[in-house]
Amino acid sequence: MENALTLTQTGIGKKAAVALTGAVMFGFVLVHMLGNLQIFLGRETLNHYSEMLHAVPELLWVARAVLLVSVVTHITLTVDLALRNAKARPTAYRVSADVGRQDPLMRYARKTMILSGPIVLSFIVFHLAHLTLGEVPGLAHGQDVYENVVRGFQNPVVAGFYVFANILLGLHLYHGGHSLLQSLGLRNPRLDPRARTAAAAFAAAVTVGNVVMPLAVLVRAVGADVQ
Amino acid sequence: MNENIDLKLHVWRQNGPSDGGRFEDYTGYAKNISTHASFLEFLDVVNDRLILDGKEAIAFDHDCREGICGSCGVVINGQPHGPQRATTTCQLHMRKFQTGAEIWVEPFRARAFPVVKDLAVDRSGFDRIVQAGGFITARAGSAPDANEIPVPKTVADKSMDAAACIGCGACVAACPNASASLFTSAKVAHLGLLPQGQAERMKRAISMVGQHEKEGFGACSNHYECEAACPKQVSVEFIARMNRDHLKAQLTYVESAGKDGGAG
Repeated sequence: MENALTLTQTGIGKKAAVALTGAVMFGFVLVHMLGNLQIFLGRETLNHYSEMLHAVPELLWVARAVLLVSVVTHITLTVDLALRNAKARPTAYRVSADVGRQDPLMRYARKTMILSGPIVLSFIVFHLAHLTLGEVPGLAHGQDVYENVVRGFQNPVVAGFYVFANILLGLHLYHGGHSLLQSLGLRNPRLDPRARTAAAAFAAAVTVGNVVMPLAVLVRAVGADVQ
Repeated sequence: MNENIDLKLHVWRQNGPSDGGRFEDYTGYAKNISTHASFLEFLDVVNDRLILDGKEAIAFDHDCREGICGSCGVVINGQPHGPQRATTTCQLHMRKFQTGAEIWVEPFRARAFPVVKDLAVDRSGFDRIVQAGGFITARAGSAPDANEIPVPKTVADKSMDAAACIGCGACVAACPNASASLFTSAKVAHLGLLPQGQAERMKRAISMVGQHEKEGFGACSNHYECEAACPKQVSVEFIARMNRDHLKAQLTYVESAGKDGGAG
């Protein structure tokens, strides 16, 4: 066919890959958040959970590889699409106005996807250094996860950054959850109201779960035993 | 109520595709405008006054002036076809504006819609998208019997909703990425929904999307400004449908190589 472009060349194909890798990370953030909530069960439980995750290194590295490939694909294709999209309108409008009447939170989430992405990424880098490697001078050292978490979050700047980044992550998930169904062609009028509610509920659950941890440490509801 | 209003008018003037273009202040020509005038009639009045002043008239596209042909379309204060929803520029009336209001008129802006002159843009990219797959295989000869192919009413209605697209380009103008996803999806869907459109359904979903990309339109990022700006209120559900058809076609469709000899 004369006009045939392959799946990797069309915007729809690229968006589908962005959606699928996004879905992988949706799964991750949910499980990650649920696992981490064990901090409320105390030092023993959380550290035991951490040891369990590290029990089979091969399995851990397979999971990490899947996540790494997802993150890299998600970002590479998004940047590629954003560059193409910027080229599609070389001259900007003198007056820019929104046409649609949309839920303001969703509108904000949509417009800031390209900002919330990089900020969340910089947060992930810091987060990996802080709690996966456990090597940030003055904050974390060694593999006592509970100790590292509590020490980190007792610092208001660190806790504040976690809260800020997770709220942005929530907005990213709110638009992302809705968007991935559309990009994969799974949205339809019958499921749409439920999909909208599900995307909002998922984003809210992950955000609240993640934000409540640094806040609990900050107010010394958790980790008062660590000095 | 017959009231005349004065407006602060700024219009984009551009001599051709390679000209940089600029806004001209035509406030002096936009006084005493009837609120009964449509937006295009308002531009006609401004043009008459410009011509009387020995100046060149503003070029803009228009044809039927009854909201059905898809020829007209300018961006008014950042909104394609102006502030009234589900309305083409020709059906927008000046009673929607207050006296003293500031109006900025710009062409639809997209790389794939080069400016021909002033507010007129070249939308032939849409024609090429339709040429790529907006057709069906039909038996030539005498007209088929009515209702020979059963089509459920709900399916016919849905197809009509997509076919309501007049190809004006407001979706491209409204999209932050200048994507023509809503237009292309409407054209893919109105045939793909009907039994008559099944033969080429997969091929169509590949060819039309391929042409959309080649024209230099952006990709959909699900902002849905297109649906809001569409004078025919074509739904973004058709974009989901196009995505579905395109992905399925990419994964399953194989162009038949064709054997020598043909029939017999």
